[in-house]
Amino acid sequence: MSHRVGVVRFPGTNCEFDTIDAIRALGGDAEVLWHGDPSLKNVDAVVIPGGFAHGDYLRCGAIARFSPVMESVAAFALNGGPVLGICNGFQVLTEAGLLPGALQKNIGMKFLCSMQQIEVVSTGNVLGKGSTVGDCIKIPINHFEGNYVCPPEALAELEARQQIVFRYTDNPNGSTRDIAGICNESGNVVGMMPHPERATSLLLGSTDGTALIRSFLAA
Amino acid sequence: MHFEVKIEVSPRDGIANPEGSTIERALPALGFEMTGNVRVGKVIRLQVEAESADAAQSLVEDMCNRFLTNPVIEDALVEVLAT
Repeated sequence: MSHRVGVVRFPGTNCEFDTIDAIRALGGDAEVLWHGDPSLKNVDAVVIPGGFAHGDYLRCGAIARFSPVMESVAAFALNGGPVLGICNGFQVLTEAGLLPGALQKNIGMKFLCSMQQIEVVSTGNVLGKGSTVGDCIKIPINHFEGNYVCPPEALAELEARQQIVFRYTDNPNGSTRDIAGICNESGNVVGMMPHPERATSLLLGSTDGTALIRSFLAA
Repeated sequence: MHFEVKIEVSPRDGIANPEGSTIERALPALGFEMTGNVRVGKVIRLQVEAESADAAQSLVEDMCNRFLTNPVIEDALVEVLAT
């Protein structure tokens, strides 16, 4: 059980407290990990939350990859540690090479902020324990660069190895094959554009994120 | 030696370019119906110290591969301009 979750804060991160609140509300413990400190403080799992790490200059996540904490996150991930990248965190994980592909500007050049229905495509990952393939859940999105792209051969591998975790049922951003979230081959690293931490209370319009976060805490 | 370098970053062929598509759809409104295949990238200019123009070229290409571009979606054209 991942009792203690480290939530990484870069300059420009803005979803760390939402993420920490959601984890605590579900019985986990969470603390901020400052990007400039390479120590992961012996946490059991790591979340890279949403925001605009290092201002998203050059490309989203491009500069965050060089923060001292990221070398430790990469080693933790390669060692099988649970890592979840949400929104900007997903972008950081692709730039860091922990997940394949890239996220570019939405088709139509619109910043999207809406509740979105996504389908659970695979469950062999750290978010999948409380879900069934084919479940349709409501999780909000909030991004300008969520249009997932990857070379055809990488896409074929993702599909063959069941690394596509979520697909939009109504693609809002032009993402390749409606991809909303993917995982690495062993399933311990997941990146997703929708924000599960913002779907943990009826007041927020959905509680569908709780199953995902509970699964992550149990990983 | 001191070199000025220009790096042209462009979206890779086959990768959709939402900025270009949006501009392409807007141009006919101004009467430019004859335009097509608009692609938007960016230009980075920097100065670099290197022993030769070739050394400057390979130094900057290394920067592009490791940081300045994302090879999944972007191509880079490095041009060493002047000393």
